[in-house]
Amino acid sequence: MLPSQFAELTVLDLVPFGRESTLRTFALRLSPPPWKRYTPGQFVMLRPAGWGLELPWARPFSISRAGEHDLVCFIQVIGRGTERLLGLRAGDAVRVWGPLGNGFAVEADSLTLLLAGGIGIAPFLGYAQNHPKPWNLSMLFGHRAPLDCYPVDSMNERIEVEPICENGPEDLEHFIAVMQARMEEHAVKNGLALACGPLPFLRTVQRLAAKTGLRTQLSLEARMACGVGACLGCVVTTTSEWPVSDAKNWPVQACSQGPVFWAGHVVLD
Amino acid sequence: MLDLSVSLAPGLRCKNPILTASGTFGYGLEFAPYGELVNLGGMVVKGLSLKPRKGNPTPRIVECACGMLNAVGLQNDGVEAFLKHKLPQLPWRETAVIANLYATAPEEFAVLADILSAEEGVAALEVNISCPNVREGGILFGQDPVMAAKVTQAVKQAARNTPVIVKLSPNVTDIAAVAKSVEAAGADALTCINTLSGMAVDIVTRRPLLANVLGGLSGPAVKPVALRCVWEVCRAVDIPVIGVGGIASVEDVLEFILIGACAVQAGTMNFSRPDFAFRLVEELPSACKRLGIDDLAAFRASLQLEVTS
Ligand SMILES: Cc1cc2nc3c(=O)[nH]c(=O)nc-3n(C[C@H](O)[C@H](O)[C@H](O)COP(=O)(O)OP(=O)(O)OC[C@H]3O[C@@H](n4cnc5c(N)ncnc54)[C@H](O)[C@@H]3O)c2cc1C
Ligand SMILES: Cc1cc2nc3c(=O)[nH]c(=O)nc-3n(C[C@H](O)[C@H](O)[C@H](O)COP(=O)(O)O)c2cc1C
Ligand code: FES
Repeated sequence: MLPSQFAELTVLDLVPFGRESTLRTFALRLSPPPWKRYTPGQFVMLRPAGWGLELPWARPFSISRAGEHDLVCFIQVIGRGTERLLGLRAGDAVRVWGPLGNGFAVEADSLTLLLAGGIGIAPFLGYAQNHPKPWNLSMLFGHRAPLDCYPVDSMNERIEVEPICENGPEDLEHFIAVMQARMEEHAVKNGLALACGPLPFLRTVQRLAAKTGLRTQLSLEARMACGVGACLGCVVTTTSEWPVSDAKNWPVQACSQGPVFWAGHVVLD
Repeated sequence: MLDLSVSLAPGLRCKNPILTASGTFGYGLEFAPYGELVNLGGMVVKGLSLKPRKGNPTPRIVECACGMLNAVGLQNDGVEAFLKHKLPQLPWRETAVIANLYATAPEEFAVLADILSAEEGVAALEVNISCPNVREGGILFGQDPVMAAKVTQAVKQAARNTPVIVKLSPNVTDIAAVAKSVEAAGADALTCINTLSGMAVDIVTRRPLLANVLGGLSGPAVKPVALRCVWEVCRAVDIPVIGVGGIASVEDVLEFILIGACAVQAGTMNFSRPDFAFRLVEELPSACKRLGIDDLAAFRASLQLEVTS
């Protein structure tokens, strides 16, 4: 893992997504970070220099793209912090530290199923972009808001994306059924599944992973204050399958030991 | 050049008055990518207990206006794991590594003190009798001057030559009384303050925002309370006082020193940017210069109380 660095970057632009939606999402493009490499699934902590003491914490966001030209995050407005991020303008300074956490497994020759729920699509942009054999990837994308709220087009260019709109209980049932079918297909071929999305979605994926026997990784969202493993606010409890002997059935930091975990390694409560 | 070094106890001299607060700086190593640990005046590591502790269920932290609540509940891998895996990696020869101790009984505090004081790399012990997030011990000791003294004495007797710092709780009616009692029991220095008991709720889900319901408030919101506590304690005791609570800038550091603190600890604001404490160290000399402070020791406790018209 490359060491994380702190930098003050500037906003290049902020592009809102979705025309007629109550869901507000946007792409935040920042000046290039001092680090050029990262593993998709890793994240950064962002805190605009203009924030005062009223919001003391930075906010965690997956890295969607990072390199010579820029650092890009896809962000959904959830509460106070993301609302204020939406107000950023070109030229504003943003304090950024990263790349943080571990990132998703990359197995060039394994058929890999990407499971994204809503804004959980964010880390998969970079994943699809950086994968050495993108033809081995496919994505199932569960979403509630219109598709134009999400950066699906840029994904479509590289991999096959199957979007499923969930607006009612029947849709959800359908989504779960499709997910199970895809996971079974991948399990037979000793493939891999990677999931990112809201907690109820991850719980479903975890259950299906146990059922189908498919090797599956989950990217967890937890409330984070530091992002570096220091505050112990973001912990998740491990199972007896956790590889470190003295940390089995024990709380570990989602920020520094994750955010990506093998489905059998953590308890999602 | 301005001499920034401070003496916090016999045998505990820090190269500058800026330390990091327990629980907000991990074991120090987490922040090594963002600054030079050796430049800090010292580091107080995450609270250690005799046996590993799981801490409280999640959610354990919540952000609130100008601060945060935490109910981490002193999760840690235990003192042995710290000595084996963390301490050897820390630059303890160059900067003070202070162990923060938590136990549920004076005897257990003594055992911890005995183990830690046998280590060359531990510069001092900071006794946490003020954690609001645990059911046993913690704040119960800190709220009772007699119990606080008992714990202090037990640690002091077991601590060999290692200095003993006692960390006080603001959740008391008379912090000066606890401070005096602890001083009389042999404490070498005091740290003020730990977090204030607080609460946050969600009116949509109608649930508390912390699984533990109550948590400890920290961050800029508590600074005025911390200043008041340090002020009262400095007037009550003769031993050095380390000020902590809401420090968000180098000016805040100087405020604590102005009212009598010998040193300070940076806490919650380490989360707002991971180079926070390192920057305070860097900025202190120029801030002193700007304010015409050429002797930090003389500036300390120089608050003018007479009203001049
Ligand atoms: C590793 C990781 C990667 C993430 N990647 C993305 C991403 O690419 N795009 C995106 O839109 N969002 C992402 N999130 C979620 C995002 O961090 C939260 O939506 C955001 O912090 C909400 O902040 P707020 O101030 O608007 O919400 P508020 O509710 O006002 O936040 C208060 C606090 O709670 C925390 N919080 C609230 N909701 C969440 C949540 N769902 N997950 C984690 N913390 C939360 C916040 O961090 C904040 O500190 C990610 C979270 C994690 C942990
Ligand atoms: C997440 C968190 C964990 C903490 N853990 C400890 C601890 O283990 N032991 C302790 O004595 N104080 C602990 N504290 C209290 C801090 O050391 C400090 O006293 C308090 O946060 C006030 O300072 P601040 O406002 O600068 O954060 C913790 C504080 C926070 C925010
Ligand atoms: S966010 Fe602080 S330990 Fe993970």
